[in-house]
Amino acid sequence: MAEEGYAAPETVDAAVSLLGGADGDARVMAGGTDILVQLHTELIDPDLIVDIKNIPELRAITEEAGGFRVGAAASGMTLMDHAGFNAAWPGVMEGVSLIGSIQVKGRASIGGNLCNASPAADSVPPLIAAGAVANIAGPSGSRDVPVGDIVTGPGATSLGPGEIIVSFAFPARPAHSGDCYLRLTPRTEMDIAVVGAGVNLTLDDAGVCIAARIVLGAVAPTPLLVSAAADALIGTKVDDAALAEMAAAASAACDPISDKRGTKQYRIKTAAVIARRAAEKALERARAN
Amino acid sequence: MPTILEQSGYSADRKLKVVGTNPVKHDGPDKVTGRAKFGADLIVPGMLFGKILRSPHPHAVVKSIDTSKAEALAGVKAVCTREDFPEIPQGTGFGDMTRNIMAREKVYYDGHPVAAVAATSESIAKKALKLIVVEYEILPHVIDAVEAMQPAAPILHDYLRTTGDGSAPDEPTNIVNRLAISMGDVEKGFAEADFIIEKEFDSQPMHQGYIEPQGCVASCSEDGQIDLYCTTQGTHVFRDRLSAILKTDSSKIRVSQSEMGGGFGGKTSFYGEPVAIVLSRKTRRPVKIVLTRNEVFRCTGPVAGSKSRIKMGATKDGRIVAAESELVFQCGAFAGSAHVNGAQAMFTRYALENIEVVSHEVASNRPKVNAFRAPCVPQVVFGVEGIVSELAAKVGMDPLDFRLKNAAAEGYTTCYGVTFGPIGFVETLEAAKACDHYRSPVPEGQGRGVSAGFWFNRGGDTTGSLTVAPDGSVTILLGTSDVAGSRLSISMMAAEELGVPLDKVRAVFADTSSIGNNRVTAGSRTTFSAGMVIVDSARQAIAEMTRRAAEIWDVPEDGVTFQDGEFRPAGANVGEFDPLTIADIASRTSVSHGAIAGHTEMNVTGEGPGFGLHIVDVEVDKETGRVDVKRYTVVEDAGKAIHPLQVEGQYQGGAVQGVGWALNEEYVYGEDGRLQNPSFLDYRMPVASDVPMIDTVIVEVPNPNHPFGLRGVGEVPVVPTLAAVGNAIGNAIGIRPQSLPMSPPKLLELIDGAGS
Amino acid sequence: MAKKVHVTTTVNGDEHQYLCEPTQTLVDILRNELELTGTKEGCSTGDCGACSVIVDGDLVCSCLVLAVETDGKSVETIEGMAGGGELTPLQRNFLELNGLQCGICTPGILIAAKALLDRKPDPTETEVRFWLAGNLCRCTGYDKIIRSVLAAAEEMRGN
Repeated sequence: MAEEGYAAPETVDAAVSLLGGADGDARVMAGGTDILVQLHTELIDPDLIVDIKNIPELRAITEEAGGFRVGAAASGMTLMDHAGFNAAWPGVMEGVSLIGSIQVKGRASIGGNLCNASPAADSVPPLIAAGAVANIAGPSGSRDVPVGDIVTGPGATSLGPGEIIVSFAFPARPAHSGDCYLRLTPRTEMDIAVVGAGVNLTLDDAGVCIAARIVLGAVAPTPLLVSAAADALIGTKVDDAALAEMAAAASAACDPISDKRGTKQYRIKTAAVIARRAAEKALERARAN
Repeated sequence: MPTILEQSGYSADRKLKVVGTNPVKHDGPDKVTGRAKFGADLIVPGMLFGKILRSPHPHAVVKSIDTSKAEALAGVKAVCTREDFPEIPQGTGFGDMTRNIMAREKVYYDGHPVAAVAATSESIAKKALKLIVVEYEILPHVIDAVEAMQPAAPILHDYLRTTGDGSAPDEPTNIVNRLAISMGDVEKGFAEADFIIEKEFDSQPMHQGYIEPQGCVASCSEDGQIDLYCTTQGTHVFRDRLSAILKTDSSKIRVSQSEMGGGFGGKTSFYGEPVAIVLSRKTRRPVKIVLTRNEVFRCTGPVAGSKSRIKMGATKDGRIVAAESELVFQCGAFAGSAHVNGAQAMFTRYALENIEVVSHEVASNRPKVNAFRAPCVPQVVFGVEGIVSELAAKVGMDPLDFRLKNAAAEGYTTCYGVTFGPIGFVETLEAAKACDHYRSPVPEGQGRGVSAGFWFNRGGDTTGSLTVAPDGSVTILLGTSDVAGSRLSISMMAAEELGVPLDKVRAVFADTSSIGNNRVTAGSRTTFSAGMVIVDSARQAIAEMTRRAAEIWDVPEDGVTFQDGEFRPAGANVGEFDPLTIADIASRTSVSHGAIAGHTEMNVTGEGPGFGLHIVDVEVDKETGRVDVKRYTVVEDAGKAIHPLQVEGQYQGGAVQGVGWALNEEYVYGEDGRLQNPSFLDYRMPVASDVPMIDTVIVEVPNPNHPFGLRGVGEVPVVPTLAAVGNAIGNAIGIRPQSLPMSPPKLLELIDGAGS
Repeated sequence: MAKKVHVTTTVNGDEHQYLCEPTQTLVDILRNELELTGTKEGCSTGDCGACSVIVDGDLVCSCLVLAVETDGKSVETIEGMAGGGELTPLQRNFLELNGLQCGICTPGILIAAKALLDRKPDPTETEVRFWLAGNLCRCTGYDKIIRSVLAAAEEMRGN
């Protein structure tokens, strides 16, 4: 590791400059709950760790344009304690609250969860379902990218060299909207998702679904936004038949592996179940407001 | 050594003041403040940090090891390899043991040690490992035990021949041992049966799951003295084995124990300790080695996986007439799985006349197995108790009534030749029938299962002593380890025997130089055996103080009685003298015959077998196969609960370990023979939100061989767990699983298979 | 070798200055540099909770915090819980209700329980279980741990 080894810049520009100017491998550290495990199990050997937690914009949670802007490095616990955000996005919070233990959430962030790009990341499907947009800063300036375009493969993102995610913009909630994230794990906590499903629905005044986003996790190299599943719900009152069609579309879209957490067949089968249950819950929430 | 404990003196009428209460444990305050020192907590001036290089290959010849670059790294003070360990022939017990600690000719599992370094910091030691060059000749490997039995399987040890099997060919094999147990005539028995059930079951290796990784500090001096501080279930066992593999006198090795952060059988063997000693010898500095969790999973001894075929028959009036089984247990890379326990215990609790068991122990390229609670028993009881419940259903009897009808009682002679004295299986079953859980209806959508279990409980070589200070306070010296809060229970027994308040008694763990031999702290023997030994020591002290009182009063010895902690004149001299307390007598030792003490070295016998009955309610999500444990009750005979809350804790802890084993815990190996889940993330032990409160019922059918009637309780609580959960799931989904763990994908397959 | 960094961390109210490598974890510094061995290391990957401490009011796994990050911050460990004198209600209830067996998980559990009761004085059994899901225990089956926490909470509410 290089001389300093660790830097904790206090501005976005300083962080970008450190990442760009580093000799060798520089890594961004938010909560550290992925990167420190990788470091200590010797999967990575960075020359420089750039800790972005001291940059105010990276931690702030503010209301903006009827929605919210959430700092990419804000801890899970900070988000869990934010009443307004919880009320607007219970599904995103379900994902966040499943990231490890309370101790892990004392540090882990949605920015880190996204950029670590595990196919089974819990906060990513509901983030994509929510239509969150990432604000990215880099050597060429700043740009906004829908969260769905960030993860490109296991452990890989579309971020360029020297780029960091500063914050996420969550849109205002239309009336009759609800989201939900559910996952399947053998234990109640502390497991990596075998299958995860984030669903975001909006209904019109008559209870007809006018918008739907269904995102599956842990069933493909990247989170899957399943438009066929959404199509099965849009224009319907989300009755059992529509839900069954949605669930079938969810299964059909899966392209999972078999690993120590689940077989391919098991994931394909249960993706339908979890997607359906998440949709039912999102529907209940949409009908309640 | 002659002892005073010629008879236990157990009496059901004895009025107890301390035994049976729930005082705060003496090690408690240190443990809730962080003061208690565990294996990794010792810091010694000049200490170096040791790290072990491990084989990434499951099976390979170690052709050469080049440590020169590692030795040259600044901060590295020593390296060690097989060259630094004495040669002991292969195929002997110690030959296997030394090779498990440091590979010699070959490596046999992913994680097998091949070299080690000691350096001034952990990070330098880790860097040094990367500089060691090992040349391996990779060999084909075999992981599964049944595959390892096949003629074409890669052979681990060319010298290995199957023991216990006269008909085995004189050829290299992976089948280590065959044993057979036979009682009565099973053919005749099955001929009488109206119902016969025969099924196959299998289980995967699992880990004891102690939260504290192994940690030690070894310090060697120029004259060959070795000082080892470590977390262990047997300081003497470690000492004597170290003596053998390091070819050093036991008296030159002093092993002292830290507090132990969980053992469950897994800390009855050493791993990094001999390496720390060798590194310390080479550097003349203390060397600390603490295993990482990854190392704990890859190289310490797991619980044996198994395959079993079990056949049982019953008559239509509910008598089990015959039981037969064929078992295969994995022992990992080297011999020794204690599979005899499984064979002997699997049917033992029922008064069967006709039993036949054949068991094989098989080697394969995985870490050498170690003990767990009731080694090799729960995984075969998983099958037996499944069949017992099924037979009960076929016969049309309530599952507890069926078990009662067949329950063994005093006078029954087991298939391994022991005749039971007073035992509490019937009482345990009756208490289970009467308990609130069993009497409540099974909630809608759930399934209920019951299972019985048995464990021998053990006695064995135990040494202890007790000294009375001049102020009358008492110190107990123990050579066992504290599992299950034994130090407190034993102190309570001493206080009771001496008639003093518990606060006057403290137990200390002696190192191997300060106390005589003790068998390993395992087998549910410790509170029983060390308790017996300390009571005996207390009685010696009382006898000596009786002599002193007699001398003080100038009366014959039988003119003195000891009651309620006081020596009183008896017989003709009643009332003539004021009573003398223990302190009164002890304060005069320098003007009489010296200090008051008792010491006892005993090969303890008279242990009382233990029995349990578990009741579990589960809910199974039929769309995903996920299991939710909704309610759990452990009913178990403790003989006498010295400290009821501690006994409850044993029952509850065992139940939850069993839940983990039943539902999710297993070792997952890849095609490449490497362990895929060496972390707590993917080795899935139950977390707090996975289980409900565990209800307990303590049954007390005293063991009259023990002064307080107690039986071991540590292992019985795990024995019925797998079958109880399995039977509950079976009742919830209509099919009884036969493969452990009963994880969601496997259950979903069963559920879907049933539907089609 | 990377040059060591000078760090100032307040631990249990005492200021400590020390040198550490940039990648050394807080648990490593607490145990080996500051010799506060009450915090335990069970897994080094944030899965067991034995290394739980509180940093600037947040409950965290100290194996997943770099020591350099704690410069200028305040850390609470098990050694600071009884504050040089009386045991807290949490500690006392664990003793009285037998909420510990081997004791290796106990420091982490006490710290985690303290963090819970600091923010929620009246948790339900379910809330306690889910809060403590990151703290593995292998001896007790969790029953008496949960009871000890609930009893301490009740005592602290003045019942």
